[in-house]
Amino acid sequence: MNSAPWEIVIGLEIHTQLATHSKIFSGAATAYGAQPNTQACAVDLGMPGVLPVLNQDAVNKAITFGLAIEAEIAPYSVFARKNYFYPDLPKGYQISQLEHPIVGKGYLDIDLDGESKRIGITRAHLEEDAGKSLHENFHGLSGIDLNRAGTPLLEIVSEPDLRSAKEAVAYMRKLHELVRYLEICDGNMQEGSFRCDANVSVRPAGQTTLGTRTEIKNINSFKFVEKAINYEVERQIEIIENGGRIIQETRLYDANKDETRSMRSKEEANDYRYFPDPDLLPVTIDEQLKAQLKAALPELPAAKKQRFQAQYQLDHDAAHALTSSRAMADYFEEVVKHTTLDAKLCANWLTGDLTAALNKADLDIQDSPVSAARIAELLQRISDQTISGKIAKQVFDTLWQHPNSTADTIIAEQGLKQITDSGAIEAIIDKIIADNPDQVEQYRSGKDKVFAFFVGQVMKAMQGKANPAEVNKMLIAKLTP
Amino acid sequence: MHTKTIKQLAEGLRAGTFSSVELTQHFLTRIEKFHALNAFITVTQEHALTAAKQADKRLAEGNAPLLTGIPFAHKDIFCTHGIKTSCGSKMLDNFIAPYNATVVDKLHHAGAVMLGKLNMDEFAMGSSNENSFYGAAHNPWHENVVPGGSSGGSAAAVAAGLAVCATGTDTGGSIRQPAAFCGITGLKPSYGRVSRYGMIAYASSLDQGGPMARSAEDAAILLQAMAGFDEKDSTSINEPVPDYSRHLTESLQGLKIGLPKEFFQHGLNNQIAQDIDNALNEYRKLGATIIELSMPTLTMAIPAYYVLASAECSSNLSRYDGVRFGHRCEHPADLTDLYLRSRAEGFGSEVKRRILMGTYALSAGYYDAYYLKAQKIRRLISDDFQHALTQVDVIMSPVTPSHAFTLGEKTADPVHMYLEDLYTIAINLAGLPAMSIPIGLSADTPEAPKLPVGLQLIGAYFSEAKLLNIAHAYQQVTNWHQLIPTGFE
Amino acid sequence: MLLTTNDVKKIAYLARLGIEDHDLEAFTHDLSNMLNLMTQMNSINTDEVEPMAHPLPQSQRLRADNVTETNQREHFQHLAPHVEDGVYLVPKVIE
Repeated sequence: MNSAPWEIVIGLEIHTQLATHSKIFSGAATAYGAQPNTQACAVDLGMPGVLPVLNQDAVNKAITFGLAIEAEIAPYSVFARKNYFYPDLPKGYQISQLEHPIVGKGYLDIDLDGESKRIGITRAHLEEDAGKSLHENFHGLSGIDLNRAGTPLLEIVSEPDLRSAKEAVAYMRKLHELVRYLEICDGNMQEGSFRCDANVSVRPAGQTTLGTRTEIKNINSFKFVEKAINYEVERQIEIIENGGRIIQETRLYDANKDETRSMRSKEEANDYRYFPDPDLLPVTIDEQLKAQLKAALPELPAAKKQRFQAQYQLDHDAAHALTSSRAMADYFEEVVKHTTLDAKLCANWLTGDLTAALNKADLDIQDSPVSAARIAELLQRISDQTISGKIAKQVFDTLWQHPNSTADTIIAEQGLKQITDSGAIEAIIDKIIADNPDQVEQYRSGKDKVFAFFVGQVMKAMQGKANPAEVNKMLIAKLTP
Repeated sequence: MHTKTIKQLAEGLRAGTFSSVELTQHFLTRIEKFHALNAFITVTQEHALTAAKQADKRLAEGNAPLLTGIPFAHKDIFCTHGIKTSCGSKMLDNFIAPYNATVVDKLHHAGAVMLGKLNMDEFAMGSSNENSFYGAAHNPWHENVVPGGSSGGSAAAVAAGLAVCATGTDTGGSIRQPAAFCGITGLKPSYGRVSRYGMIAYASSLDQGGPMARSAEDAAILLQAMAGFDEKDSTSINEPVPDYSRHLTESLQGLKIGLPKEFFQHGLNNQIAQDIDNALNEYRKLGATIIELSMPTLTMAIPAYYVLASAECSSNLSRYDGVRFGHRCEHPADLTDLYLRSRAEGFGSEVKRRILMGTYALSAGYYDAYYLKAQKIRRLISDDFQHALTQVDVIMSPVTPSHAFTLGEKTADPVHMYLEDLYTIAINLAGLPAMSIPIGLSADTPEAPKLPVGLQLIGAYFSEAKLLNIAHAYQQVTNWHQLIPTGFE
Repeated sequence: MLLTTNDVKKIAYLARLGIEDHDLEAFTHDLSNMLNLMTQMNSINTDEVEPMAHPLPQSQRLRADNVTETNQREHFQHLAPHVEDGVYLVPKVIE
């Protein structure tokens, strides 16, 4: 892609479904996956005469988010109606916020190859989700399922501060991590709990005014956001370089074809006729509620990362990996609490073997078959030298297969206990020295590297169970003339 | 039985002079007999008789609330579970409400017996009842005259003795104007006093349900059962409901009545002006003093109201799209066709005009000039009232510029019809409580029939008890509210 | 007239109201008259006035986050013109 003379400008609008039990304006459940229209009550269906009443927890979650991004929480915010006709929008308007959003300007710092960049957040506002149109199996008609209608959303709008698809993804990941930390959104992207619209434009490098943008709708994975933006950037540059003009429009990313296409149906007369919803009064948020929610804020990822580095002497990468989710960080701290093994080694275990096993099984840390307590027991056996790190990996594999077992049981059943009996080790060493006179000669003539050969031979002969420190000590004594 | 007050009927029921079933049957017979009045859209005979039987049982057990066994009817704008709720529209001609409005539940629990659902202008938009899909109700005082609107069916039914009392709703005068035209007592409560849940919305920030009855005393009893905080309505007010009947007989000595001079200028029928003068004289005799007020912004109420009400209605009526309930056109070619035709077929002309007007007023480039401007004028009007009500206890004015007009007289020009609301709509903009009480009858001439005249009483927020007191005092010394139209005795 | 028939056509489409060509003139005429009435508002200066959305200066009440509704799908779908397998049917939605 020839993007050298072009600057890419991206802003993201992210819709996070707030993890409330009931809808934003009704008492219907928000649980995912119910039979169609079984969670759509009279209010959600827009029946004549019904009225909305605002969910306290949706408001609390929005405020919590605002506090976490250091934003101003509006003391006075207003719900407005966004009017348009669509079959998944039962009332013919969406209750949203326009002029007085609940969360004002804030920011999020993202990491880019070790460098930090501050991304502005313009605003975040509460609104209700729409239902879903289903296109299969209705003999040429569309089916409408309104279970999702009325689910609370927090729409988080970034400044056009992002300069590449990579930055956009980094921002999106960071935000995803944050909302899960705050436990305001389950972050489940397959279920649509975290969805992204991207506003993309390009301009010649150095130009200060923005180019005409297009909005790519509903891109629901990190991978697709990157691909969709890259495709769109290329498309726009190509048009401009061929003397064309970008049309401001809404586009849809087609993951199968890896391209964006115009959504003409959304284009006609985008006149939403916003006005304050007369069925809802202004929301006032007092200092007391704010203080209460602020006190309840969990430790945020950035602070936690810093603390992990300081408290556990972890390097940046390890601290970063362990704080990528609140569950992982909690898991780590649970392990460290129950073992005397060095925290750094614990971290290696979690970011290494455990993460690899989780990835292979496509599991989140919350769903790990091996609990933090079990891992701690295992690591404790390294710490007290019952087993070596190498044997521990073997124990871990067994533990993963049999999560109800324990490290001690596996060590005992498989006879993996480290051999510290110097007599047994000495006998083996003597035999190996006798069998390998050439190597002995080499070592004694100054080739230190051969030492590893002897260690390997001893370990092999003892099936890895020998205490490595003991082996080293005795080998040096025997080999030194 | 149909000329008695609620209190008299309640006594008769408790004394065993008649049962609720007998009372209910009496009204059902009258509804049948005067069915040409077209006051009802739906008569729920079976439902009413079942409810009457239950009421008789409850009465026999003792401790029944005052309204137990009293036959009344709902404006067809209140959702009634399992019963057609049309809102006067073809759009909802097939709509069997799946739940009860809060007001419906409240009156049910109060033991009142619902006779049916009353005629109204489509979606409460109109001042003559002529915008009903079911045809206009007629004024019991003269068959060729409109009963007013939009609660025209409610006013006609009460005036004709087809129900003891009725519910109505008032967005710009829809309780007060038909009450005036039909010679009954109507009260629009303070905004937020009566729950709007289940009351089909026309203009949400203006709509308010209220009682329509034959006297202030009856209106107080009905309001008592309708009013109160409702957690299902965010705009409902969490304030205790006073005992409205308790203050009815308080003295009016020292009462300060304000008359906004802007309401007594050009356009007001001379005879109505004279009737108001006479009524004011009665109030003077009761100990009141009259103070002239100037409220210059009142003249802006009509344009501001029609912008705001139209804007809200254009959005409120978007849900009628032929997908989940209501009218759907035959064989839609595509989605757009489904919307365009279902809505074109389901709505009448006045509803369409207001949807179009409101859509325009909210559309890009016009919002500030129309909607925002109207909201600012609303503030000025409200401030004007707040200020005036610091000087006086009650504001009095005409309800309508003229007597009830003949059917078809004003249908040709919608704007002409809007001017009918001149004296009532400012009160909705301010959200204040107001009443209409009968204070006279026009002279009987060969050209024009004898028709009732109303007086409007406007009070401060939550001063319903005071207004009822002021109305009741007048009704104790006059008998306009007891007049019965010829043929309905 | 303040509006043209073309204006009215556009508004009608925005409001998804089908209007027959032969009714267009009458609607245009009536709406123009209505607008005329509304432009009277311009005779008052409102520069310093705060717009008023609600009659009473109250704040929104909040409800506790409890699920209070149960499944009433069949009950509600009795009212629907066209349903199948629990979903509302409409002509094909094209995105």
